[in-house]
Amino acid sequence: MMNCKEATQLMSQDLDRKLSPVERLGLKLHLFLCRGCRATERHFALLHAAARRIGTPPT
Amino acid sequence: MIAADREGHLKNQEIHAALAALRPQLLRFARLQLRSDAQAEDAVQEAMLAALAGADRFAGAAAAKTWVFAILKNKIIDELRRRQREGAVMVVVEDEGEDFDELFDRRGHWEESPAAWADPEAALENSQFWVVFEACLDGVPAKPGRVFMMREILGLETDEICKELGISSSNCWVLLHRARLGLRECLSRRWFGEK
Repeated sequence: MMNCKEATQLMSQDLDRKLSPVERLGLKLHLFLCRGCRATERHFALLHAAARRIGTPPT
Repeated sequence: MIAADREGHLKNQEIHAALAALRPQLLRFARLQLRSDAQAEDAVQEAMLAALAGADRFAGAAAAKTWVFAILKNKIIDELRRRQREGAVMVVVEDEGEDFDELFDRRGHWEESPAAWADPEAALENSQFWVVFEACLDGVPAKPGRVFMMREILGLETDEICKELGISSSNCWVLLHRARLGLRECLSRRWFGEK
């Protein structure tokens, strides 16, 4: 089983590259069991959404 | 008709003032990405002129700010891609940031489990949040900060970032991870009111 440190690294990399099926499965299993990492996943998603909004012309 | 002209003049004045106030921030962003004062000055100057030329089309100062940033962003991307075509890789030694090992125990589990943020989507609609977000972004050490902006704000792919900075993919992912953890810690402290 991966630990939280490895899981947060994979969550970050998930925003920058395609994870392998094994990595994705391991991460999903870890997230199912770990509340702190589920919160971190949402934190990273918000950072991603916020940064992408900077400099995007209004439609 | 005169009232409409006056309103238009006032709106233009407001846009000019907003863009002038934004200049230091635009310069800081351009310098961080281009690592050349002269090129940053040129890019910001061109972006400001392009935005001022289209000032009549903006709904107000906020729209003008967003547009000038978008113009600058495209100018920076063009310059970075031109450098890549010419094979100009700039390797600089700078602060790579901390690795946040202290967040985890010896087995790699959280020392203190992160808490969920209350209503994070609402934060994006709050203008004060953006002041804090930009302050947190400014606080990220130079190298992770640049890589994060290239990836998330300029929207460059990882391999483009690696070529531009002369780093490996794994180093790039480490820097992005450090930037995200640093931003998360800063926003938790300064906006979502933890710790």
